[in-house]
Amino acid sequence: MSSLWLPILLAVPVLGAVVVALLPKGADQVAKQVTLAVSLVVLALTLVMAFQFPSAKGDRFKFAAVYDWIPSFGVHFGVGVDGIALVLVVLSAVLVPIVVLASWHDADGVRTADGTLITPKRSVKTYFSLLLVLEAMMIGVFAATDIFLFYVFFEAMLIPMYFMIGSYGGAQRSYAAVKFLLYSLFGGLLMLVAVIGLYVVAGKSTFMFPELVGAIQDPATQKWLFAGFFIAFAIKAPLWPVHTWLPDAAAQAPAGAAVLLVGVLDKVGTFGMLRFCLELFPDAAKAFTMPIVVLAVISIIYGAIVAIGQSDMKRLIAYTSISHFGFIVMGVFAMSQVAQSGATLYMVNHGFATGALFLAAGFLIARRGSPHIADYGGAQKVAPLLAGFFLVAGLAGLSLPGLSSFVSEFMVMTGTYASKAHGSGALTVAAVVSALAVILAAVYILWMVQRVLNGPTAEPVKAFKDLSAREIVVLAPLVALIIGFGFFPKPLLDVINPAVNQTLVNVKVDNPAIAEKGAGQ
Amino acid sequence: MESPVEIVQHTAGGVIGVSWLMIAFPLLGAAILLILGRKTDRWGHLLGVAMSLASFVVAVLAFFELLGLSAEQRRQAVHLYEFIPGMADMGLLIDPLSISFALLITGVGSLIHIYSIGYMSHDPDRRRFFSYLNLFVAAMLLLVLADNYLGLFIGWEGVGLASYLLIGFWQFKPSAAVAAKKAFVVNRVGDFGLLVGMFIMWSATGTFAFAELSEKAGGLSQPMVTAIGLLLLLGACGKSAQLPLQSWLLDAMEGPTPVSALIHAATMVTAGVYLVVRSGAFFFPEGSPQALAVAIVGAATLLAGAIIGCAKDDIKKGLAGSTMSQIGYMMLGAGLGPAGYAFAIGHLITHGFFKADMFLGAGSVMHGMNDEVDMRKYGALRKYMPITFVTFMVGYLAIIGFPLLSGYFTKDGIIETAVEHNQVLGWLAVIGAGITGFYMSRMIFMTFFGEKRWAEDAHPHESPTVMTVPLIILSIGSIFLGGYLILSNRLMLWLAPAVGRPEELPQFHFASTPGLATLALVAVGAAYAWMKYGRAEVPAVQPRGSFLTTFARRDLYGDALNESLFMRPGQWLTRIAVFFDNRGIDGVVNGLAAGIGGTSGRLRRIQTGFARTYALSILIGAALLTGALLLVGNI
Amino acid sequence: MTAHYLVLSGLLFAIGAMGVLIRRNAIVVFMCVELMLNACNLAFVTFARQNGNLEGQIIAFFVMVVAAAEVVVGLAIIVTIFRTRRSASVDDANLLKY
Repeated sequence: MSSLWLPILLAVPVLGAVVVALLPKGADQVAKQVTLAVSLVVLALTLVMAFQFPSAKGDRFKFAAVYDWIPSFGVHFGVGVDGIALVLVVLSAVLVPIVVLASWHDADGVRTADGTLITPKRSVKTYFSLLLVLEAMMIGVFAATDIFLFYVFFEAMLIPMYFMIGSYGGAQRSYAAVKFLLYSLFGGLLMLVAVIGLYVVAGKSTFMFPELVGAIQDPATQKWLFAGFFIAFAIKAPLWPVHTWLPDAAAQAPAGAAVLLVGVLDKVGTFGMLRFCLELFPDAAKAFTMPIVVLAVISIIYGAIVAIGQSDMKRLIAYTSISHFGFIVMGVFAMSQVAQSGATLYMVNHGFATGALFLAAGFLIARRGSPHIADYGGAQKVAPLLAGFFLVAGLAGLSLPGLSSFVSEFMVMTGTYASKAHGSGALTVAAVVSALAVILAAVYILWMVQRVLNGPTAEPVKAFKDLSAREIVVLAPLVALIIGFGFFPKPLLDVINPAVNQTLVNVKVDNPAIAEKGAGQ
Repeated sequence: MESPVEIVQHTAGGVIGVSWLMIAFPLLGAAILLILGRKTDRWGHLLGVAMSLASFVVAVLAFFELLGLSAEQRRQAVHLYEFIPGMADMGLLIDPLSISFALLITGVGSLIHIYSIGYMSHDPDRRRFFSYLNLFVAAMLLLVLADNYLGLFIGWEGVGLASYLLIGFWQFKPSAAVAAKKAFVVNRVGDFGLLVGMFIMWSATGTFAFAELSEKAGGLSQPMVTAIGLLLLLGACGKSAQLPLQSWLLDAMEGPTPVSALIHAATMVTAGVYLVVRSGAFFFPEGSPQALAVAIVGAATLLAGAIIGCAKDDIKKGLAGSTMSQIGYMMLGAGLGPAGYAFAIGHLITHGFFKADMFLGAGSVMHGMNDEVDMRKYGALRKYMPITFVTFMVGYLAIIGFPLLSGYFTKDGIIETAVEHNQVLGWLAVIGAGITGFYMSRMIFMTFFGEKRWAEDAHPHESPTVMTVPLIILSIGSIFLGGYLILSNRLMLWLAPAVGRPEELPQFHFASTPGLATLALVAVGAAYAWMKYGRAEVPAVQPRGSFLTTFARRDLYGDALNESLFMRPGQWLTRIAVFFDNRGIDGVVNGLAAGIGGTSGRLRRIQTGFARTYALSILIGAALLTGALLLVGNI
Repeated sequence: MTAHYLVLSGLLFAIGAMGVLIRRNAIVVFMCVELMLNACNLAFVTFARQNGNLEGQIIAFFVMVVAAAEVVVGLAIIVTIFRTRRSASVDDANLLKY
């Protein structure tokens, strides 16, 4: 009884990548169009699947498909989505066509308005086929229900991203790409050890996630295996103090790749914490809650403060993301329904908000040829549309109410504050301290806006053209989603909430969803 | 002491059922103007005005529908949709308090929209201005109409955004851009308080809805209620520019004058007062620490604002100081519990009229004087701008509390109630009124009386009708509204279902001790102003002034304090953190990489290339292995 | 009885090893390697005799075959090196380092 939805979703982009790679030399335009078409097909399929999700069969993982892969080790090609995975698959599918359009000229050799070449011409086909391979990996990693398969996707994702940063990035690209790769591989290896350990200790001769839930009872074993998984995910997320690869990678990657890197790839870290760390090792997760929440709060405040001090737009955005990932991790480990639903929603919203901000910044950088904030000034006068989109994306970054990231940030903070999972008032303090980030967020975003968009128009900025039709098509859907989900988060939350409840049941949290509402209920 | 009545779920249709239209109209206007952009340049301002007026019409209809209901029925909750499942719904609360605000916002707002047609007629971005104004009206209405704190907070930040956009409307001026950012950031400090207050509410009661909260607030522990109250007060201080978060308001005058009138005088800055009055359940009982804190903040700010107002030569900043001061009065009133609520709201409404009147009057003066704001370069304008002069005079008389004008009734109500509850705070308010008499008279004398001190290219002229008509309407309100609302306690009885009222209705005394003292002090203040600025020559250049004058000119060193307490340490912290990140954390990472690289660089030196050396190491290795095997014993 | 053979084998091996370590001429080093191989052969054959089976002798044959192949390749390399560098000293051929 296997559903073909997810295998098809995985196959389409892979086939597309092969087709694009095999196109004859010089067929750049065709390569772009084919990539766009394939990614739109994937988006359409994903949306159809998402709308069928509520009525689909299956208790937890819907659209499940399981095939034997390495029978002697109990490895399966197992895919399926619950509400949490579904929204992240949708996020990936939405972002890829946008990124394809945004990167339309990235491999052609980027010139500024006055004709200076920023990045040289490179193979267009390779770039777009890498993009499609990456899309398949991203869908696969969220949909995998077999832990071994998850690990394979988790590591394989690095390959296309490594080449996208290393071959198509900015001046420091090889440093950034190697740093990214080494960090991820280090975490990945720890996780591999833990995956094998889990297989051996559980003794169930299978890597299927649903069968492994609750398989490990011994607390000490749980802690070791938990650590293996968690460190890998903390690097991916990234959590302070293993975050420094992200600003380099995001600043050097082309804007489109940066969107996928920060918007989707990093979510695998927080997704992994929620799915694997919590459910497989509930006791260890509870034992480590406080240290992890402390790290998360440090990430939130530290990321925000360092973001204020950045002089490079893309690095600044990367640091804001570190701050936001702190919120997600805090929400995941607050062990309350509101906080975890908020964290999951945050993963999606952050993808849209930071995606829009990276792309808008990318459009500015493509015009000016410099990521340095000091090289701008007064862009609003000459390019009001671009400035408007940049401002809205920035406001989403500072979680302005009415925009989608507010709902998730508010849920995370409120849920953490109200969570009684840890008994003591420590989570309360964490929530209050993290709320200070709302002030810092206003500083880092608005100060950047002031320096880039406001003030007298700088001489090189005067030549800026406003957004082209292609660029509007890139940004408009993201902004529409940001505003739409800011007022109507219900469709997403209706999908997320049951999955989060299931997670909490598996984690055996003492206070179910209602209890956290307190004495008043 | 009577409590507010219970909130009932609105069932029947009528205008109240579609009261969301009030928000939808201006929101639609803003969306159309922003999305269609330059295409709407020709008629954009008309659409903006139309949407604001439409909203006003809905508000008026809803008001009359509410009037038709019995007192117990006058709190109608209108459910809109499920916002965050399991957490909060989006809904509106139509009750006397919210509808009073809605009338003020849409009424004064529409007048200011109309005025702006004229004021902004030469600005190429007039359409954008109207889109922001519409956005503001929508957000402000959401703020006052929402039936829960989450909805209120969305409106709260929405008006903050509109304020940010409008202060920075002329963003190409660095000063405007900085002022806009400052306003937003300082407001966020207040929002932090509001947010944490909401965390506690949710944690303790599991709801954000006003209806449920007012029921459950009584069951909470006293420290918790105090904490919520103080945190809400922090939020109110941010939005209403009360001490210690006052510093942004004076800089906010960088925005176009209609913005100062609408947002930074009549409506948005009074949102803090609304929040305190709406959250009555958390400021109970009177004299509780949190209620006292509200009153103290109000009294302190009313003095601070008045002192700042005395020293400003910039007409808008003078008015801004006065706004701070008047909101201080409202806060003082709001801190006195149900006895003061009606006066606080009454003063809020009349202030909305007379202060908007004066701001628009100042705008009219600036319009005629090439956007000059320095009052030392005005003088003798009464002959050249008669309508502006008369309307401004009305506003002036209202604000200083000239008997029988609007401000007289509402301010006097606050002062008398304050003296009854707390002698110290009450008499501070009396002193504040005296200072008000001085600085407002100073403004009048410097602007409209005395000699001409104009710049050479100034050709003052009366503003067009589209600007003077709103002035006239506002000044009519400034004359009669106060008496209408306060005499025979009309406003108190009207608001009672929403905010409660004291058991015994207060009687308005025309000759009470504090009232007479106030009048006497105001007269002294005005006379002193006449001596210094009316009769005497006003120097064209600001004289050096005493220590106290400098203190007031520098906004009581508020900015200096913020700078040395927060900005400079913050900058240091940022620098240290960036340095730590680059050299510390990344240093460790890069150091590790360099260390491994260096070690391998040394290790490879062992590979000398001499085959015999390798042979020797092989031999030694083999010997060691053999030896080890022998040591271990039989294989 | 076989102890003498083993002692001889050890002596031959030691002589060969010393030769490899101290002589520079590639041909001599090469011959010393052959000496070590043959010392091993002797030991194998001795043990085969001692244990009364054939495995040791078979291995000795294998060693001879390998040694023969090695001579072919090794001598060819030495000759080539001598041709290009005019020297048969192993210490002169030290380019493959670091």
